[in-house]
Amino acid sequence: MTESTPAGLYRGMRLIRAFEETALSLVRSGEIVGGIHPYIGQEAVAVGVCAALRPDDQLTSTHRGHGHVLAKGADPRRMLAELAGRESGLNRGRGGSMHAADLSLGVLGANGIVGAGAPIAAGAAWAALRQGLDRVVVTFFGDGALNQGVLLEAMNLAALWRLPVLFVCENNGYATTLSVQAGVAGSALARAAAFGIPAEAVDGMDVEAVRLATERAVERARSGAGPSFLECRTYRFEGHHTMERRVRLNYRSAEEIDSWRRRDPLERCDPGAGQRAVIDREVGELMAEAVEFALNGAHPDPAGALDHLYADGLLPRAGVPT
Amino acid sequence: MTKLSYAKGLNRALADELARDPAVCVFGEDVGAGLAGLTPGLQARFGADRVVDTPLSEQAFTSLALGAALAGMRPVVEFQIPSLLFLVFEQIANQAHKISLMTGGQITAPVTYVVPGSGSRDGWAGQHSDHPYSLFAHVGVKTLLPATPADAYGLLVSAIRDPDPVVLFAPAGALAVREDVTTELVPVPIGSARIHRPGEDVTVVAAGALVYDALAVAEELAGQISVEVFDPRTVYPFDWAALSASVARTGRLVVADDSNRMCGFGAEVITGVVERGAPLRTAPRRVTRPDGAVLPFALGLDRALQPSRDQLRDAVRAVMF
Repeated sequence: MTESTPAGLYRGMRLIRAFEETALSLVRSGEIVGGIHPYIGQEAVAVGVCAALRPDDQLTSTHRGHGHVLAKGADPRRMLAELAGRESGLNRGRGGSMHAADLSLGVLGANGIVGAGAPIAAGAAWAALRQGLDRVVVTFFGDGALNQGVLLEAMNLAALWRLPVLFVCENNGYATTLSVQAGVAGSALARAAAFGIPAEAVDGMDVEAVRLATERAVERARSGAGPSFLECRTYRFEGHHTMERRVRLNYRSAEEIDSWRRRDPLERCDPGAGQRAVIDREVGELMAEAVEFALNGAHPDPAGALDHLYADGLLPRAGVPT
Repeated sequence: MTKLSYAKGLNRALADELARDPAVCVFGEDVGAGLAGLTPGLQARFGADRVVDTPLSEQAFTSLALGAALAGMRPVVEFQIPSLLFLVFEQIANQAHKISLMTGGQITAPVTYVVPGSGSRDGWAGQHSDHPYSLFAHVGVKTLLPATPADAYGLLVSAIRDPDPVVLFAPAGALAVREDVTTELVPVPIGSARIHRPGEDVTVVAAGALVYDALAVAEELAGQISVEVFDPRTVYPFDWAALSASVARTGRLVVADDSNRMCGFGAEVITGVVERGAPLRTAPRRVTRPDGAVLPFALGLDRALQPSRDQLRDAVRAVMF
């Protein structure tokens, strides 16, 4: 779990930044195949939200999910091993970057389909009410999901049944290459308002602002008052996906990227006197250890490629009959 | 001895499981009113918070059931219209079905999806008459197609207790069936076939409502051709051992399948038998909907595209020579 002290918030963001930088270098070196969707720039959202959660609260994550899962407390060594496709990874090498998740921490999957996590979060929240638990479920999604019908359907159900769900829109300005201006009629906040869900816009580059807004929303959900909606205005410093490094795309200006980089959430967070260097060094050592752990892990045995498909041990027929 | 209808068999299975396990719950449209015949009386008995009427948001409530399952519940989701499964294919095939493997077995998704009235219902036209069991078998979702009231009961109970996602298709053509139930209703294991009528000359594989057509044809041909009526009950996983044993006895095979011909269930059954080197004496046949069929409205057109008893009888005769 992310601690809500200034040092804890800074550490949480530094861990994600260092993890992503490490992952980028492993993509370049070919140790991670398929690439990643880097979270760099958006760290304040995952850390600010998760710092306001209890360990038993749950969340659904996205294709750009490393930050959420780490902020909820995942072991960066096993997370990196998952990205490298090792048996020692969180998902035993069956999920990879887009689906890396630690279910024991309440991460109900990281989803490769935009908006698909929202109804899953609503269902977990519905179950919590049925089970008499006061847990809250967060669903992270981007501005691209604002145009997915299933998100709007889930918002309707959550509002209708007063489910303890927090809808967190990470508006980073772009659905892949499509700008919000070109893709979203109306606005994120107006969509929430249409369902009577209280919504606020937050500076997503300010971890403390995100944490405080989340605290208010979580309190509301825990008290039985139903869902809330946060629009965290943020930016990804890197491309949508690492493949953008190979295909030259020209949908954001250098000036725009620079202007957001000057608002780097890590620079704007004060962890306390002398803390920054200490934390940076500690996180650096942890990541070095994570690389060691990940790359020394065993590759999964191809004979088990369909392991875990069925919980009852049903063995599907092989592609070539023997 | 009591008469049990198919719909009542499903209803009793649901009632028994709701009573047995507090984690079981039901989501669907008009389930409080019991419109589709699956849930009459259940909301009054178990409450509106366990038998939950949903708005017309199939995609959201299908994944909401998944979220509830991940949090420890055992939801049953009802769809009034078989073609709605196309709308929620994402939520079943891409979400619920994949989460166990993609998380390396960290979690499973015990959700049951029920379609009480799959296939043609006479006059419901193109978007209400599909019977998409082949599609779910293809992606690997456990797919059940009970033909009789007792099997409907037993397979629905097993589906709800199963740790994985399961789709149960209740064929529209079997919903009105009633049968004498002499013994206690019991769970039917997933993946186990049933021979409705033993025979020596031809194995007819028929699932769902087509079982009744196969039985009628077998009766009609009795004295000339001895037909074994083999009901897989479960489309996936399929009971290959039982079918191999049947074909080893008869040496001839016909499959009746209410799917489109291309990449349909019937094609897989024949291939599976041939691959295993079964000693077939004649080329196998199948009776299906045509390639890419869309059922037209007018009754004569609708019927023209569905497997018929005439086609089945002809196929049985054809494999004899």
